[in-house]
Amino acid sequence: MAVITTALSIATEGAPNPGEVVAASGTFTLTALLIAIPLASAALLLLLGRRADRWGHLLGTLAAAASAVLGVVLLVAMMGQPEDARTIGQSLWTWIDVGSFTADVALQLDPLSISFVLLITIVGTLIHVYSIGYMAHDPDRRRFFAYLNLFIAAMLLLVLADNYLLLYVGWEGVGLASYLLIGFWYRKPSAATAAKKAFVVNRVGDVGLSLAIMIMFATMGTFTFSGVNEAIGSVDPDTTTWLGLALLLAACGKSAQFPLQSWLLDAMEGPTPVSALIHAATMVTAGVYLIVRSNAIFDLTETAQLAVVVVGTITLLMGAIIGTAKDDIKKGLAGSTMSQIGYMVLAAGLGPAGYVFAIFHLLTHGMFKAGLFLGAGSVMHGMNDDVNMRHYGALRAVMTITWATFGLGFLAIIGIPPFAGFWSKDEIIKVAFAVHPVAGVAALLGAGVTAFYMTRMMAMTFHGKARWEPDVHPHESPAVMTVPMMVLALGSVFGGLVLLFVGNIEEWLAPVVGFEKAEPGIPVPLLIGLTMAVVVVGAVIGWRQYAMREVPRMAPTQVSWATRAARADLYGDAVNEAVFMRPGQYLTRTLVWTDNKVIDGAVNGTAAGIGGLSARSRRWQSGYVRSYALSMLLGAVVIGAVLALVRFA
Amino acid sequence: MVHLAVPLAETLTFPSFQYRAMAPILVVLGAAVLGVLVEALVPQGARRAVQLAVTLGGLGAALALVVATPASEQGMVAAGALAVDGPTLFLQMTILVVAIVAMLVVAERRVDPSGDAFAPRAAALVGSTEEQEQTRLGWTQTEVWPLFLFAVSGMLLFVAASDLLMLFIALEVMSLPLYLLAGMARRRRLLSQEAAMKYFLLGSFASAFLLYGSAMLFGFAGSLDFAVIADAFRDKPGQLGLQLLGLGLVSVGLLFKIAAVPFHMWAPDVYQGSPTPIAGFMAATVKVAAFGALLRVMYVALGGAAWEWQPAFWVIASITMLVGVVLAVTSSDIKRMLAYSSIAHAGFLLLGVVAFSTAGLSATMFYLLAYGLTTVGAFAIVMLVRGPSGEAGHLSSWAGLGRTSPLLAGVFALFLLALAGIPLTSGFTAKFGVFAAAIESGGVWAVLAAVLASAISAFFYLKVIVLMFFAKPGPDAPAVVVPSLLTSTAIGVAVVATVVLGVFPQVFLDLADASTPFLR
Repeated sequence: MAVITTALSIATEGAPNPGEVVAASGTFTLTALLIAIPLASAALLLLLGRRADRWGHLLGTLAAAASAVLGVVLLVAMMGQPEDARTIGQSLWTWIDVGSFTADVALQLDPLSISFVLLITIVGTLIHVYSIGYMAHDPDRRRFFAYLNLFIAAMLLLVLADNYLLLYVGWEGVGLASYLLIGFWYRKPSAATAAKKAFVVNRVGDVGLSLAIMIMFATMGTFTFSGVNEAIGSVDPDTTTWLGLALLLAACGKSAQFPLQSWLLDAMEGPTPVSALIHAATMVTAGVYLIVRSNAIFDLTETAQLAVVVVGTITLLMGAIIGTAKDDIKKGLAGSTMSQIGYMVLAAGLGPAGYVFAIFHLLTHGMFKAGLFLGAGSVMHGMNDDVNMRHYGALRAVMTITWATFGLGFLAIIGIPPFAGFWSKDEIIKVAFAVHPVAGVAALLGAGVTAFYMTRMMAMTFHGKARWEPDVHPHESPAVMTVPMMVLALGSVFGGLVLLFVGNIEEWLAPVVGFEKAEPGIPVPLLIGLTMAVVVVGAVIGWRQYAMREVPRMAPTQVSWATRAARADLYGDAVNEAVFMRPGQYLTRTLVWTDNKVIDGAVNGTAAGIGGLSARSRRWQSGYVRSYALSMLLGAVVIGAVLALVRFA
Repeated sequence: MVHLAVPLAETLTFPSFQYRAMAPILVVLGAAVLGVLVEALVPQGARRAVQLAVTLGGLGAALALVVATPASEQGMVAAGALAVDGPTLFLQMTILVVAIVAMLVVAERRVDPSGDAFAPRAAALVGSTEEQEQTRLGWTQTEVWPLFLFAVSGMLLFVAASDLLMLFIALEVMSLPLYLLAGMARRRRLLSQEAAMKYFLLGSFASAFLLYGSAMLFGFAGSLDFAVIADAFRDKPGQLGLQLLGLGLVSVGLLFKIAAVPFHMWAPDVYQGSPTPIAGFMAATVKVAAFGALLRVMYVALGGAAWEWQPAFWVIASITMLVGVVLAVTSSDIKRMLAYSSIAHAGFLLLGVVAFSTAGLSATMFYLLAYGLTTVGAFAIVMLVRGPSGEAGHLSSWAGLGRTSPLLAGVFALFLLALAGIPLTSGFTAKFGVFAAAIESGGVWAVLAAVLASAISAFFYLKVIVLMFFAKPGPDAPAVVVPSLLTSTAIGVAVVATVVLGVFPQVFLDLADASTPFLR
């Protein structure tokens, strides 16, 4: 390992200097296989149909595992390279070549993307294994694994693309897999609705990405990361700001950040392994990846950076507050995911001081949050798929392994040293205090609220009195499910330590994203102490309220306005409805003279000829030939007028 | 009379016809005439098979001739009335390929229990006992095939026309058979006849615009020849009235055919009323032919005045795509939705026309190829989803199709994704090309409008996908008919084209690029 040095000895490195992109050779020519293996497996499983039912889940798991092994091999190979030769490009074929412009299907493997590759493939493989057990009784298990493989392939394409256009392909691909998996139980109306909602909200974000790509093309004529990094310096500042904001909009959609956060809570309708993989560990962090990957753009625009900080701060508080009021264990975790991604986005908005910690927290969060979700799935498995924590209680005795692994994840997320979350979250709070003290205070408070809602969840599920129905017989899950949970629990315990002190994450990522050490205004030990104090206070309040006292089986209805607001997701849906849906409906229904009805000459039996469409006179698309002809005439007059205007003006 | 011939021969040079260059058009026209003879001479029982052979043979031979046209044969032919150049050959190839695929769908006889998509006798009164008797006897109307061939020959001529008179003739040869074909649906005949009538009346109106504009341009330039008109725009500064009127009126005539806003209103009614295979054929091939003609007129004849028409065209392009997508969002009938989508696509295609550059030309031609094949496939699928009284047009009956017929729903989803312009499908490559060309020509605002329109369009395309895969089938869910080999082949070709043009488009991009520029 070329990178074993202590974290604190890092010299300040200014702007990133990734070195030249080195053409792939030797082991690195295998990069494309990372994507090809799960993609081929997905295609096979979908095409073979029911014939593959017996072994489909095994093939799917093997494909994910093969990618994971390959990922490790590539990591080792990359470590063997000198620091300035770790950005490896592999061009597969020329995709589009029109005029002065070329887009290649080309991959770029560098320290940033390999970190994601390992997270996606290793956590992905564990969740595949877990799903073998979790989905054992589902008649469509093969299809489920096909979608999971499809997701892995698309997500790998997203992080391995060497340009924004190909990234967009992966971006749409993970979206597609995500909708398919949220709506996997489409017989449940709520699942189908949730899939639709995720889809619609994400479209708003996707507009941001396509706008960003068009701006890049219009101003720089290139989409490759290296090309944009080079050319961005000569773009005028306003355009750079718009570019940054468009990218932020894209990130908000995919990463469920304010104001596009509402879909994530509903997405919990999908099977729990999906929530763990896509809606916690990987896909929802794509927005953070996008911002960090575009560091050269954000470094030049303070306005867009500030917007990123604001969005991250608002979301981290919102998510945490929503988490405190949810009785549905998965929705509680979803609120927590929003909040934790808020931390990452906040860090990504802090510039070179924050990028590495955004990714660091993303990696540790991927491990402990996936573990927490799998634990929640295991509890649901034993409780006849009930998700209401008010019906749990005292499960520690009957689900010891789940309790232990969930507990380790709990310690990691609330940030108790030396568990994984402590290292990453603490760094973010530190840097936030150094760069934007207000955001730092919010992050500190958020840590306290996190401790509260996670303790509440822990207490309501595993401690206190048993509140389950007599006909429910909680039991520990089979080994195929508990083993992945145990592996992820190891990540919750050691993930932070290993990444920070063995993997030396700061130095590892610095060549790609840059790193500047930022010192907060108050002494670091004091800040750590303060954070610990806030966390302990939050946890103690949570424990007193939910473990020591009786928890009613029915949610109390006489509650404060704050609780009501948190239960209603802080009115995220109402806001979306007011901001996006109603204007859209208004536009389509009122502004446009439209034809909602279908023409049906045969049904009405009106005489042959022109009358069948007469019902909608006075509207534009009236069905009358005469009004169509009139409109053509007017159009011709307008064109003539414009031509004359151009000529004489 | 004999003594008159001598001075004539001295003053007039008779045009020499380069038959090899014109061969594709002549072959299709010949096949159409042969088809008419078949109607007269071949006994009824054998007619269909013979007509199919004639049609397929004619189109196939023409395609082979187009592809094999040697470079030495390219040039201005028929006394400059036709241009056989790169764009002509590329577009003729596109028209023929799409027409062959569309022809397979038109020939389908298995999906409707009472025969093909056409009325047994279009002249029979709707709902009469005569009509019922003809249906019972299983009569079919094989006149469809000569009409189909005449329409195709008009299209082949339309994209080659380099003279305003030839342009007008080609337009009519293309349009008249289509007016008839639109009125021949077997089901919902009143609707179909209404559509045909409307199409005819409005089409005539548009033709009048074109003709009147041609007269103005003739008055201005003293010739109908594109090259002479182009020179006149360069050399003769005066006569502004004639210039602008001619320019405006000719554009209106052509904008009608491509269904640009505000000349688009016929499209939804006609697409919905026509027999579905014909609607698919029209949506795809007429678009190719009309854009081919528009490109040549704007680039060659009116190219000298580009700075005059470009502003108006930027506006028309933007309005066309925005109006198309917004209307599509609210439409609840699948064929109407596809019609509005075709209007929106006309807007995107116009970006390539207004770009007025080599890149714009090749991008538009590639777009036409991609769009044509996907559209034919999409309409073929629409034909297969049927309720008790014919096709299930209403969107609600498409709910849950992903569960009952995953293959069909998957293929339709692919076509919709391509129409929405999702990456790795042909639609994305195509859109990308025209956007790039438009940006290079300074149309940044129009491209922003296009990105916005694409985003809105994704809503309604994907709405159908969501409906198919995430909604419960209703109580009267339609049946999906398994088509014969003909339609299956057509859909298969469309699927392959949609994927190949999305993932490995370079060969075709290069071909389109090599097929520029226009000759004059």
